[in-house]
Amino acid sequence: MEFLLPRDRQEALELMAGRPGTVPVAGGTDVMVGWNMSRGLPARALDLSRLGHLSRRRYGEGRYRLGANTTYSTLTDELRGELPGLAAAAGAVGSRQIRNRGTLGGSLGSAWPAADAHPALLACRAEVELASVRGSRRVPVREFFSGPGRTAREGDELIEAVLLPRPEGPQLFTKVGRKAVATLATCSFAVALWPSTRQVLTGVGGADRPAPAAVAEAFLAGQLAAHGTWESGERLPDEVVRHFGELAAEGAVLGDDVRATAEYRRRALSVLARRSLAQAWENYRTERHRCA
Amino acid sequence: MRMNLTVNGERHMLEEVRESESLLFVLRERVGLPGTKNACEQGRCGSCSVLLDGMLCCSCLVPAVQARECSVTTVEGLAGQGGPGEEDGPDSVQRAFLDAGAVQCGFCTPGMLLAAHNLLRHTPDPQEAEVRQALAGNICRCTGYQHIVEAVLLAAEYRRAERGALVQPDGAP
Ligand SMILES: Cc1cc2nc3c(=O)[nH]c(=O)nc-3n(C[C@H](O)[C@H](O)[C@H](O)COP(=O)(O)OP(=O)(O)OC[C@H]3O[C@@H](n4cnc5c(N)ncnc54)[C@H](O)[C@@H]3O)c2cc1C
Ligand code: FES
Ligand code: FES
Repeated sequence: MEFLLPRDRQEALELMAGRPGTVPVAGGTDVMVGWNMSRGLPARALDLSRLGHLSRRRYGEGRYRLGANTTYSTLTDELRGELPGLAAAAGAVGSRQIRNRGTLGGSLGSAWPAADAHPALLACRAEVELASVRGSRRVPVREFFSGPGRTAREGDELIEAVLLPRPEGPQLFTKVGRKAVATLATCSFAVALWPSTRQVLTGVGGADRPAPAAVAEAFLAGQLAAHGTWESGERLPDEVVRHFGELAAEGAVLGDDVRATAEYRRRALSVLARRSLAQAWENYRTERHRCA
Repeated sequence: MRMNLTVNGERHMLEEVRESESLLFVLRERVGLPGTKNACEQGRCGSCSVLLDGMLCCSCLVPAVQARECSVTTVEGLAGQGGPGEEDGPDSVQRAFLDAGAVQCGFCTPGMLLAAHNLLRHTPDPQEAEVRQALAGNICRCTGYQHIVEAVLLAAEYRRAERGALVQPDGAP
């Protein structure tokens, strides 16, 4: 096995282009598990950890641009105020040891269906910036997870950054696992309110792929529009909240595995979605009152 | 490949490091410091915890290559860092583990010590819940954790006392 050590962005992209099958390594928390188990070493790996442009973070034109090497610990320790939804998801990842090394780019690269960052990225309207020698492009995260175990990333592309608009309202992430901490999600749910476009956006973890609860979102948008609830800031009727939860669970393609049965997931997901929406809406109402 | 690595302040030039090797392997087998333990090699147990350029991580999940030119602190580097009069002996966290009876078989202890160090550096006066959270990535199969949590709280107390001792000569009340 060869470990390529590019000095800059250009060299990294050229190495990715010239050698198909090259495995980029950021924090290593996923790739090393495989290597330690001797589960087939790649012919070539490429070290991303010293590429300065992947660690950069900046804010401009209403948007945060987080380099792919941004770690979970950076999100929890430095960006909790700016990006509460993503920071909450980052705080739910593994242990301090894992959060210190695990990166956003690595999470998107592995694209685990139950990874914590993904639901938050979906609800928070994130875009993924991909680059190759052929050029750069931005893919909305809703299109990035293109199928079970598949993403929109081409083999020669590196994930360079994640872009997130400044939050407009409450953003929440919740997760159910087999332990209280340091555990992978059995299922998870993220919700973010976008008052300017009258949208409640969501993300579901633990299904066949990270995906928004699209049917639940559409149902809620219809209810909120029909009753002018965004304007009135009234409480959401219990039956709307309950139905939203049921739709979120029904819309997800859930399976059985070592962590839980599909039935358990369906039940847990409907509860997570219901509680998250109720809490987020309540926070929104209170916030509105305070501003008014 | 060849690489430089500073371990507990000492610089090592390492030859013929395999590309897929972990930092854990390098520390134990090439540098010859077996204090850092190997139990799962999957990032789940924390017994291989070290500070890599000051950051707590599982050394089993760090490709050795990524640690080139970096500085690592292992359990062997903790003694003598405790404060006045501790140049050679165990540091305050290690003393607290001994005093609280937080060590049984001892296999998890090096990782626990590093995680505790990391916590106390960022949060000198932690609540019990913060201690449990900080140790969530470190598994102990013997103690049931209670004595370990007490040891970390005791270590915080020892350090408070040390800080107090340091300021007194300037005429503290
Ligand atoms: C013990 C343990 C517990 C965990 N717990 C959780 C948890 O609770 N929640 C959770 O969500 N995750 C968890 N994880 C998973 C893991 O930490 C994340 O997936 C992490 O974000 C991976 O980031 P990394 O930088 O370490 O990735 P790496 O291991 O470096 O890479 C992961 C994959 O992404 C690719 N890649 C990395 N960077 C890029 C890039 N810039 N462009 C293109 N491809 C790239 C790599 O080629 C590889 O395929 C856990 C892992 C372990 C070992
Ligand atoms: S050996 Fe590294 S976490 Fe278990
Ligand atoms: S003392 Fe034996 S594993 Fe912790």
